Amino acid sequence: MNGVDWLVLLGTILGIVAYGTWRTRHTDNLNTYLKGNRTTKWGTIGLSVMATQASTITYLSLPGVASENGIAFIQNYFGLPLALIVVCAVFLPIYRRLGVYTAYEYLGQRFDQKTRLLGAGLFVLQRGLQAGITIYAPAIILATVLGWRLDLTIVCTGLLAIVYTVTGGSAAVNLTQKWQMAVIFGGMVTAFVVLLTKLPADALHIAGAMGKLNAVDLTPDPKLRYTVWTGILGGFFLSLSYFGTDQSQVQRYIGGARLREGRLGLMFNAVVKIPMQFFIVILGALLFVFYQLQPNTPVLFNQVQWQQQVAGPQGATFRAIEEKHAVLHADKQDKIRAWVAAHDGGDAQAEAAARAALTAAQKASLAVRNEARDTLQTADPAAKKTKDSDYVFISFILTQLPHGVIGLLLAVMFSSALSSKAGELNALGTTSTIDLWRHFRPLAAHDEARNVRVAKWLTALWGLFAIGFALFVSFAENLIEALNIVASIFYPALLGVFVVAFFLKHVKGSAVFWAAIAAQIVVLVIFFFGKAYPAWEIGYLWLNPIGCAACVLFSLGLQAVMPLGVKPASVSEP
Amino acid sequence: MKPPADHDPVPADETPDVPGLRTWVGVYGFAFAVFVAVVAALTVFTRYYA
Repeated sequence: MNGVDWLVLLGTILGIVAYGTWRTRHTDNLNTYLKGNRTTKWGTIGLSVMATQASTITYLSLPGVASENGIAFIQNYFGLPLALIVVCAVFLPIYRRLGVYTAYEYLGQRFDQKTRLLGAGLFVLQRGLQAGITIYAPAIILATVLGWRLDLTIVCTGLLAIVYTVTGGSAAVNLTQKWQMAVIFGGMVTAFVVLLTKLPADALHIAGAMGKLNAVDLTPDPKLRYTVWTGILGGFFLSLSYFGTDQSQVQRYIGGARLREGRLGLMFNAVVKIPMQFFIVILGALLFVFYQLQPNTPVLFNQVQWQQQVAGPQGATFRAIEEKHAVLHADKQDKIRAWVAAHDGGDAQAEAAARAALTAAQKASLAVRNEARDTLQTADPAAKKTKDSDYVFISFILTQLPHGVIGLLLAVMFSSALSSKAGELNALGTTSTIDLWRHFRPLAAHDEARNVRVAKWLTALWGLFAIGFALFVSFAENLIEALNIVASIFYPALLGVFVVAFFLKHVKGSAVFWAAIAAQIVVLVIFFFGKAYPAWEIGYLWLNPIGCAACVLFSLGLQAVMPLGVKPASVSEP
Repeated sequence: MKPPADHDPVPADETPDVPGLRTWVGVYGFAFAVFVAVVAALTVFTRYYA
């Protein structure tokens, strides 16, 4: 990075933060603070929904995942448009009609206070821990590659998000997310165009021949993680719970001038989300081809930690792996050229033979990469905290893009971190204020100024908690993966509660409360049984429909046997 | 239990006001059609480059 990059990076990030803070500095109305300006249009809502969902991991890690494993990950998003249609048609109108601030406030009205607290508690627990990861995950990659101090990167990113989220609340989050998304789109398109200029015309054919372009897998095997079926069914339930019941998303579309704006904002995402993710994974597949054709492609992309080992006492071992990889890489390039010649020649038999030889060469090269990764992780356990695929795109950015554009792409990474972080803090502050603080201090509910002050304080406290947790996470190697699993197994029961609330009007609070707890136990049993007996393990996306269905069925069963005298605390049915 | 709603009551017949799409069912149908077209295009893409 040079001075131009720093200027672009700091100018972009600080400029947007300062603009958002300044424009919303006088936000003292509770409704505006928690739901945003009433004049917000669908375009802003749509971008805000998109910005909250896509964190830095989307832009930094996903190209690397596609580079390593191909573009099959795109199938994870197949259920998203269908879920958004259901949210638009069912969830959003009810939230708007009741004028609630949070999704869990609705549960209190529909069922009772304990069900509301269960929903709010699950959200706060899960999202509060995730908020630390949202800062930590990109910070460790950028700090490693750029040589920055990890703790300072975490603290600075966190404090910037706190400043404008606390100042302007939802209004500031919506406003800044719009500009941050503009930076993200601009930066990613620029990187894509630069990459295209460095590739041969048949780059996509090479990627296809090397198995990176399998976007759709129709195999009906529940053990496979990414297929059309897991994507549509599991992805549908996952998206429905995320967009319909997670306050960080609900808060983005619940405001706006009219119901129409929220609906169109969600439909905007339903239409553009899969093409946008396709663009990101194709970028990754093309990065793979780019590095196949480079003469000096490193054995691992995490070169900072790798080179430390090369220069250390075990340097001979690491250099031997490098030499082995260089020979195999050159052989693979020969095989790629042979396959291209056979493909262009139109001889099907020669093409099949060349493809088989290329596949074998790729397998041999991959084996050395795996050996390199294991050797590095044994020598330096800190390397376990990230995956090598996380470093693919950032390596391309730092070595192949011109100065100025490097600064822009780093601004993309920080913009995405800030936008998702701000959405989370905003939702955590709101839920803590509305569902927890006001629940235990009901007399304070009518003092608007005090509510805004409390919301600001709670938002700031969540921000500081996230920073502290991110600093702590850096000492725990496998915590990130554990937390991601925790998040994915807590959603289904919560979604089940909302499905019962919307569609099964005769089911009351006590039945759904205990059903949710029972469904949660079922999900945990299935998950841990799969871990204990891997032959029975199923793709984690399947936990979503199973957990949701269990909650619904248990609710129906419990309601059938419970005495009808159990009275809900609801004030009105939707 | 909750403060008065700050939003105007939601009119039941609020139209999407999108050119070519006069009802919300039409908007949802359009989004679904785009989804089907995208998945079909990705299937063709996979077959072509496999």
